[in-house]
Amino acid sequence: MNEDNYLNAGYSLRSWFFTTDHKRIAILYFASLIFFFFVGGAAATAIRIELATPQADLVSSDMYNRLFTMHGIIMVWFFLIPSIPNTLGNFIVPLMIGARDLAFPRLNLLSWYLFMLGGAVTLFAILAGGVDTGWTFYTPFSTLYSNSYVVAAVMGVFIAGFSSILTGLNFIITIHRLRAPGLTWYRLPLFLWSLYATSVILVLATPVLAMTLVLIAVERVLGVGIFDPKIGGDPLLFQHLFWFYSHPAVYIMILPGMGVINELVSCFSRKQVFGYKFVAWASMAIAAVGFLVWGHHMFVSGQSLLASLVFSFMSFIVAVPSAIKVFNWTATLHKGSIHFDAPMLYALAFIGLFTIGGLTGLFLACLAFDVHATDTYFVVAHFHYIMVGGMVTAYFGGLHYWWPKITGRLYPEYWARAAAVLIFFGFNLTFFPQFVLGAEGMPRRYHVYPPEFQVWNVLSSGGAVILAIAYLMPMFYLGYSLFFGRRATANPWNAPGLEWQTPSPPPEHNFDTQPVVTRAPYQYSPDFKAEPQNA
Amino acid sequence: MWREWLPFWHPGVSPHGDDTDLLFAGLLFISALVLGLLFFLLALFCVRYRASNLADRGDRIRKSWHWEVSWTAASFVGFLGLFVWGAVIYFEIFRTPPDELTVFVVAKQWMWKVQHAGGQSEINVLHIPVSRPIRLVMASQDVIHSFFIPALRLKHDVVPGRYQDLEITADKPGRYHLFCAEYCGTEHSGMTGEIVVMEAADFAAWLAQQMPSNSLAQEGGALFRELGCSGCHGGGSKVHAPPLEGLYGNLVPLADGSFVTADDKYIRDSILLPRSQIAAGYEPLMPSFEGKVSEDQLLRLVAYIKSIGGQQP
Repeated sequence: MNEDNYLNAGYSLRSWFFTTDHKRIAILYFASLIFFFFVGGAAATAIRIELATPQADLVSSDMYNRLFTMHGIIMVWFFLIPSIPNTLGNFIVPLMIGARDLAFPRLNLLSWYLFMLGGAVTLFAILAGGVDTGWTFYTPFSTLYSNSYVVAAVMGVFIAGFSSILTGLNFIITIHRLRAPGLTWYRLPLFLWSLYATSVILVLATPVLAMTLVLIAVERVLGVGIFDPKIGGDPLLFQHLFWFYSHPAVYIMILPGMGVINELVSCFSRKQVFGYKFVAWASMAIAAVGFLVWGHHMFVSGQSLLASLVFSFMSFIVAVPSAIKVFNWTATLHKGSIHFDAPMLYALAFIGLFTIGGLTGLFLACLAFDVHATDTYFVVAHFHYIMVGGMVTAYFGGLHYWWPKITGRLYPEYWARAAAVLIFFGFNLTFFPQFVLGAEGMPRRYHVYPPEFQVWNVLSSGGAVILAIAYLMPMFYLGYSLFFGRRATANPWNAPGLEWQTPSPPPEHNFDTQPVVTRAPYQYSPDFKAEPQNA
Repeated sequence: MWREWLPFWHPGVSPHGDDTDLLFAGLLFISALVLGLLFFLLALFCVRYRASNLADRGDRIRKSWHWEVSWTAASFVGFLGLFVWGAVIYFEIFRTPPDELTVFVVAKQWMWKVQHAGGQSEINVLHIPVSRPIRLVMASQDVIHSFFIPALRLKHDVVPGRYQDLEITADKPGRYHLFCAEYCGTEHSGMTGEIVVMEAADFAAWLAQQMPSNSLAQEGGALFRELGCSGCHGGGSKVHAPPLEGLYGNLVPLADGSFVTADDKYIRDSILLPRSQIAAGYEPLMPSFEGKVSEDQLLRLVAYIKSIGGQQP
């Protein structure tokens, strides 16, 4: 680290908090997300400890409801949605396309400030007394009946939404306008295709969420009848508006993870991604069809049977591109030269866990089974397999993969592998029993439950403790490596992407000379060499 | 017999419960096949093509499109089959219930209030006869609740502001869980109860044993006079209001030229929102009773108007 890089370019607070360098903004996001991840994780741990016994013993019902609401709001809007795009994406996108920065560096900084402001308002709502509506804010409960800080919480999410919109806009324009010479669309690494698809959803869906949240505040504060039937509103209107955003938001939360997995699988099997164009367009198909499936959250809400039929059909359709991706990752391994470094362990875990999450999604898309399983622990298990087993696993995989680039240090491989294995076991022990609970009919968001469900709840709570410990491990060994880790070379994985063709950590201006791209991505060869994209 | 493979799975006791269980088993089977294949391939490739192994890596597949087309088509066809399977049962579950034995259910924070037609009422318990389709008419007094009986593989939200019909049939006597499945506030997890399924004779005995003073319709009749409804809709009234005798179940011509069937929903809406559907030939004089009558009172009024459906005006 003797040469000039973005980390030693300045040490003042001002050089961090007023930076427009995408790499430093990524670090700001990264630090904020660690904080929110542990706040949301602490709530989850408290929930699981409470559920170890059927009766209430740790917290009151009101407190329990506040805990799962806080867990949901923090994890969805302040961890999962910004996780990969705003940290890894912010850092890697300009490097991957051979650019100096994102298209709008100051907008990028503004988006972090909006995110922190939204987070502060939401934390205020939590500290002032909490919110007990669930992260879904269903009306008329949220607008008329809840005695908690609903307006503050929706305003926090509303503000954070603008941060999402700005980031999405920034990525779309960057990928359109700032690609290095020779970097055609079909030469883009697939991580960029998936971030592009994510950004499209961010820009198109988030405004609908913003409007919906404002309508909640309007009904709650001004008493204008929008959702509450007592004053002339329609409660189902809220669900349509909310899920019109929140189902695509699920793809905001998984597409970037899929993008990371392409990079990892290809790098550690030393082989180009099988079926590049199919994987690229599968991301776009998911983004497009993902807008047409929101009604599958409402099969028993009283929407028309015909609407349910159409939404069920579309939900099966949206699963096809996901299946295509899984098959392509598996085929990528065929005749590869596979190295089991920690990022690859995360990638393999992702494929397995995401597939279980995806298949159980089909159970729920299946109308008759959904009548039984919706609003039970089956749904909770399903989306945690996608969100935690999928997205968080991919996040950790990507973090380890790009760690040498971001910090200029190597992480300790032994500990990283141990953590990856422990996360995998802890995760399955936590969430697999919840499938059984849901199939047996235990409703979600239950503070107390009939004693016959206890065995599976105890297993799940035990798994949660292991998972919590496993998630703490990287804090320690990655923190250790920041100061004592071995220095990383520019390209420790011998990968062909442009981000690896500049020193680690990169200089403030990213590249000394403008890279010119001459070939497709992922030109690996089995002998641990690779042809750089710009050679 | 396939259920023995699923040791944690208590068989469904409704007519479509078997179908739903079979669908679940089918979904599990297909998932197991897909996962089995995937895990087998992952393990095989990871072992054979680990970097230290000198396996043959020549002659790699370069052209991928026919693989892509094959697994895309296979997924699509498989998914289509599951879609149709689930949809067929779904339409069976939510078919329009026969109008024979109606039970009213009012959901409120945080209890289920049940009103039988004979005036018997219960809280957090629902007694029903075995193997007989029951029509539930459900309403919510406040927020959204969800009526969920896992043993019947049946659930439906109860949304405030409307009646929700639901047919339930239980094929085996016993006591089964009733849960509220839609988060509804502080005591959401306490909003639970029981479905008691009884032999027909036992059920009749139970009904008789309850000895309600009045039937639901009689109580509705009393309310009808108390709230002043009879002042306009009654026989000798001077106000030009439509008579309600013989109304229930028949087509009503509306002022805009359309027709509507006078069912529970129509009657409820006419009491709360009288100006939304105006009967042809009448002035829109009736005031709204929104906020003046509770769901409990509403269902009694509906029962009363239903009871006079056979009379001549």
